[in-house]
Amino acid sequence: MNASIRFRPLQAIGSGLGYIVNQFLNGVVSLLDLIFATLQSKLGYRKMPYIFVLPNLLIFGIFILFPMLLNFVYAFTGGIEFFPENRPWVGTANFEQLLTCGNFLNPNTCREDLFWRSVYNTISYVVAQVSLMVLFSLITALALNRNIKGRGFFRSVFFYPVLLSPIVVALIWKWILQENGLLNAILTWMNFNKAPFMVNADWARFWVVMISVWAFMGFYTLILLAGLQAIPAEVYEAGSIDGANDWQAFWRITLPLLMPNMLVVLVLSLIRAVQVFDLVFAFTGGGPGSATRYLVQFIYDNGFSSPTKRYGIAASASLLMASALIILTLLQLRLSKQED
Amino acid sequence: MGTVISYLTRTRGHGRLHITDFLTYGYLFLGTIIMFGPVLWLVLSSFKTPGEIVKFPPRLLPYRQVTVEVTGYEQPLPLFIVTQADGSTVELAQVRRVGLEAQMVDPADPGEIIRVHINDRQPVEHVSFALDNYIEGVQSFNFWVYLRNSVVVTVVATVLTLIVNSMAAFALSKYQFTGRDAIFLIMIGTLMVPLTVVLVPVFLVVNAVGWNNNLWGVIVPGAATPTGVFLLRQYMLTIPDELLDSARIDGASEWRIYTQLILPLAKPALAVLTIFSVMWRWNDFLWPLIVLSRSELFTLQVGLNSFQGALNIQWHLILAMTVLTLLPITVVFAFLQRNITTGIATTGMK
Repeated sequence: MNASIRFRPLQAIGSGLGYIVNQFLNGVVSLLDLIFATLQSKLGYRKMPYIFVLPNLLIFGIFILFPMLLNFVYAFTGGIEFFPENRPWVGTANFEQLLTCGNFLNPNTCREDLFWRSVYNTISYVVAQVSLMVLFSLITALALNRNIKGRGFFRSVFFYPVLLSPIVVALIWKWILQENGLLNAILTWMNFNKAPFMVNADWARFWVVMISVWAFMGFYTLILLAGLQAIPAEVYEAGSIDGANDWQAFWRITLPLLMPNMLVVLVLSLIRAVQVFDLVFAFTGGGPGSATRYLVQFIYDNGFSSPTKRYGIAASASLLMASALIILTLLQLRLSKQED
Repeated sequence: MGTVISYLTRTRGHGRLHITDFLTYGYLFLGTIIMFGPVLWLVLSSFKTPGEIVKFPPRLLPYRQVTVEVTGYEQPLPLFIVTQADGSTVELAQVRRVGLEAQMVDPADPGEIIRVHINDRQPVEHVSFALDNYIEGVQSFNFWVYLRNSVVVTVVATVLTLIVNSMAAFALSKYQFTGRDAIFLIMIGTLMVPLTVVLVPVFLVVNAVGWNNNLWGVIVPGAATPTGVFLLRQYMLTIPDELLDSARIDGASEWRIYTQLILPLAKPALAVLTIFSVMWRWNDFLWPLIVLSRSELFTLQVGLNSFQGALNIQWHLILAMTVLTLLPITVVFAFLQRNITTGIATTGMK
């Protein structure tokens, strides 16, 4: 029964956009009709799934899987050469370079101080961003789930920034937060002093978190809203018969039943937060100083932007980041299994 | 006022005022200002003149100074309100400014030059949404080239993604074959490790294929997205196998089954993947930034970013170009918003 509720909105799309997509696909596909018919008559029915999976597997293998394996080669070789055959084997030297620290809590004592700065920046960004993201999207989803007028309008308004590109988001907020921008004008109007939003390190960190919450919140709100709407009204009726007030109903009914969607939000927002790059790159460029320099920018700078390209360092930093991502995801999945 | 209150209180269905309704509406209205206000401010600002744009405190609407044609002068002259010694005001056009003194003429009687202290005059302005910034911006920004590149990348990549992913999803959901589970597991495994962490080797592969500085280098690597395969496979699993079997009995080839049976039935999931793909590709930044270094190949996002780096202070042009960049996706959203929001909410569940 749940499944049928779930797919009804999808069918609405199917009739509009899906129709156009399908028409287009039909055109392309009929050209291939003959080729595949001959293929099947030559190879037989049992070989056909391999043909179907082949194009995707080729692209996937060449541009995702093979590079992932190649990344290990880069991580264990040194020098400035780009082509792997010219790169000398250095063993774990790149990892030692990244991981050698006098005191891990103080980036200045590390051989690669920028790496540790970006690690700590990323950790504080992820913690702040993910918790604010979950909080605000939950509040918004709860508000949108009420029986209110203009629900579709409000839902679209909160979702709209999700569609904007990170570069556009960064420019919009840079314009508002600049020294003579709108926000400082409002502060002056309220008799406060202008605040150095883009120049002060703490302000810059604060705004990077707030802006990314602003930009991505609508997506997670929708996921939570879908979960809220899937909770049957009977559960609440049963709760109120048992004498539960609104507050108890929220903690005992809404939150537990929303857990699967919360988990999706948590995993997705965490993976995305760890990878933060383009928004900040266009917004602060990593500055002021290295206040908003995060891990992907460290990788980008070393691999592509700095005059002496340190591909080995970039690759080993990505390996460390990938393992952190995998551990985090598995940890979350394990925790959610225990709760069941 | 009474109707407003009854309108608001009606929402709970009891006909009575409830504090949570007010809180909800308060939160949603505040949210609307915060979510939509910045974009509105961007659009309003993009119409302001370079002089107006650096003014502090800024004004809400874009103003332009009124100019008048005065006989004897070739260019239209800017109009000012001048306060005279006796306190009365008169509208005069300014011919030129010399230090603290402005030389002005009465548009009705242009013969005589009137000398006025610059503090005694105020510009006459009107609200104007003139397109100067847009026209100048499009010329210096190469907008049409970037737009074409963005459209090509988005459309080709989305079509390629749909074809390749749906074929793979069909095989993975509707056939038993050796290696199927291994293929599926590897794909799901890479869901956790996104393209951004293997930048260097992907760039090497793209180089080896000869796609550096080529739109194909932007389009192809992301086309075999595991997310897309997973999304389509989960949907195709719900299509009953009996349908395929009866089609086979009727003599349909496997390709026929895929194109005439599976694709039409999977339309809803294909539509959602289309939306996702268009969003990903239109807004993609990091990967095009790495692959494309020749400016005639830039997509809008890469172009916009380099534009803001090159013209650090020219906000009036940057703002206008930012508006142009967000315009296409905003128009699409305005038409399809209900489909998009419900579609994403539904697939986000899985």
